[in-house]
Amino acid sequence: MLFSKNKKGWLLLSPTIIILILVGLVPFFYVLYVGFFKWNPLAVDPSMQFEGYGFNYRRLIFDQVFLESIWRSVKFSVVTLTLELSLGFLLALSLLSSFPLKSFFRGVHTLPLVIAPIVVGSIFKLFTVQGLGPLPHLLKDYFGYTLNYGMHADQAFWIIVIMDIWHWTPFVTLTLLAGLSALPQDPYESAKMDGANNFQILVHITIPMMVPVLIVVIFIRLMDSLKIVDEVWMLTGGGPGYATRFTGIHIWKEVFEKRYYGLGSAMSILYLYFTIIICWILYSVMVSKGKDED
Amino acid sequence: MKTKKLFAKIGTTFLWSVLTIITLFPIYWMILVSTRTPVELFGKPDLSPTFFEKVHWKNFTKPFIDGIYGEYLLNSIIVATSNAALVTVLALMATYALSRFKLPGSDSIFFWTMTNRMAPPAAFLLPLFLLFSTVFRIGDFTLFDTKIGLILLYCVFNLPFAIWLLKGIIDGIPKELDEAMVVDGANLFTIFRKLIIPLAAPGIAVTSLLSFLFAWNEYLLASTLTSVHARTIPTGLSEFVTTTGTNWGTMAAVALVSMVPALLFLFAVQKHIVAGLTFGAVKG
Repeated sequence: MLFSKNKKGWLLLSPTIIILILVGLVPFFYVLYVGFFKWNPLAVDPSMQFEGYGFNYRRLIFDQVFLESIWRSVKFSVVTLTLELSLGFLLALSLLSSFPLKSFFRGVHTLPLVIAPIVVGSIFKLFTVQGLGPLPHLLKDYFGYTLNYGMHADQAFWIIVIMDIWHWTPFVTLTLLAGLSALPQDPYESAKMDGANNFQILVHITIPMMVPVLIVVIFIRLMDSLKIVDEVWMLTGGGPGYATRFTGIHIWKEVFEKRYYGLGSAMSILYLYFTIIICWILYSVMVSKGKDED
Repeated sequence: MKTKKLFAKIGTTFLWSVLTIITLFPIYWMILVSTRTPVELFGKPDLSPTFFEKVHWKNFTKPFIDGIYGEYLLNSIIVATSNAALVTVLALMATYALSRFKLPGSDSIFFWTMTNRMAPPAAFLLPLFLLFSTVFRIGDFTLFDTKIGLILLYCVFNLPFAIWLLKGIIDGIPKELDEAMVVDGANLFTIFRKLIIPLAAPGIAVTSLLSFLFAWNEYLLASTLTSVHARTIPTGLSEFVTTTGTNWGTMAAVALVSMVPALLFLFAVQKHIVAGLTFGAVKG
């Protein structure tokens, strides 16, 4: 009958598959291919040269700047993830109780989620840039602290952490809230009957039951923060020096400023594998946890 | 016990008030900057609201009417709308196929489409740039710097997302309904028109709105794969970075205008945004 006709199914799927092959799979194999060559269109010899298998990859293992950019991305992801998870969990818990103007507060909290990363970068640039933004002035006047992230590497890194928290904590809050609201109520009642206090309930009941949702949040946030480019590009441009040059920005600079096509391709492949491995580990944890639930 | 609860309530309200201020303050400042002349922005920041008659409209008219940003805006609207329409139609077809037909390897296909979403776009910049400007060509026509190129490209991250979101919805429509219609002699098109689309309508609406939003907000790929004719509003915004002596008022105005669709959608998709952003893994 209808569903036995696989031909129709493939016909329905084919446009999706064709587009994804064209703009997803073909670029992947192309970058894999280019990664084996030495190729710089601005060099004396602008053609592709084969320098032996894995030539670019061998270079990358000793490429300090590239390795540091990966380490920086990992550090950034772990820092923002930790802060966003703790803050988001706290806020999600607070949204379970009732208090005045709750839906208004929640509505405003959703706002940063829909704003484009590049616009978030602009908002923060206007807000924090020396000579224009109110933040450096407020910090100077009330705390005597000079904020000039164009000069200080640490400040540049942390202002991006703060921007990311501003932008993405709402996502963590709302996702955890959705998870919390869907939890079964029976364990809570029996725990209260046994005289457990709020803290014990949180540690022994809420958090263990929330593990699947927490893993989803970690998975999505980790993926996104390893990818970060737009807002950093807008705010600091990867500087000062290499202070905020995350892997995505580093690849962009190597490829489109220096035109290191071959080396850039090898970087792209390593970066891709690195994120895929992390995702794959988390995904398998997610699936195995999901199976425990059933 | 009563007073303790009252204190908790006051504390929570206070905490959320502070958070709301932190969220809104930078946005409020951006709106202020967009209403001021360069001279007014000089010196100590003035946080008092600008009155309507004092708004410096030139910040808006200069980029959008005299300048090129009107065209960028139009490009953004065309690209995001077409992409959302294309993605919704294709994802609906693909999801129906994955959900109803027993295709060999359909699980692998599903997983493969998802990996497209997980990949960092920066890793694909170079191959896409080279493919779009040299390899994918028909005569003199290349995909580089065309709206069609962007519309197709945004399918990479929007299609997986849309398929994931719609799969839960279409799996929820009982197969027996389709089968009953087939017995009555309906073809695939009729099934879509009379059964699937009406029943999945809210899900389809959310899918297309969020696809629009992702396409509208995308910056990195658009900035690399366009140069003159197909530039979108986010790429226009980044042009302010390199200009020396940035005109902050104009930049704020452009940022504000590019935020408008996001604000409009906030009201429409607020309830579904969690399901949307977590790929439906957590129901909002």
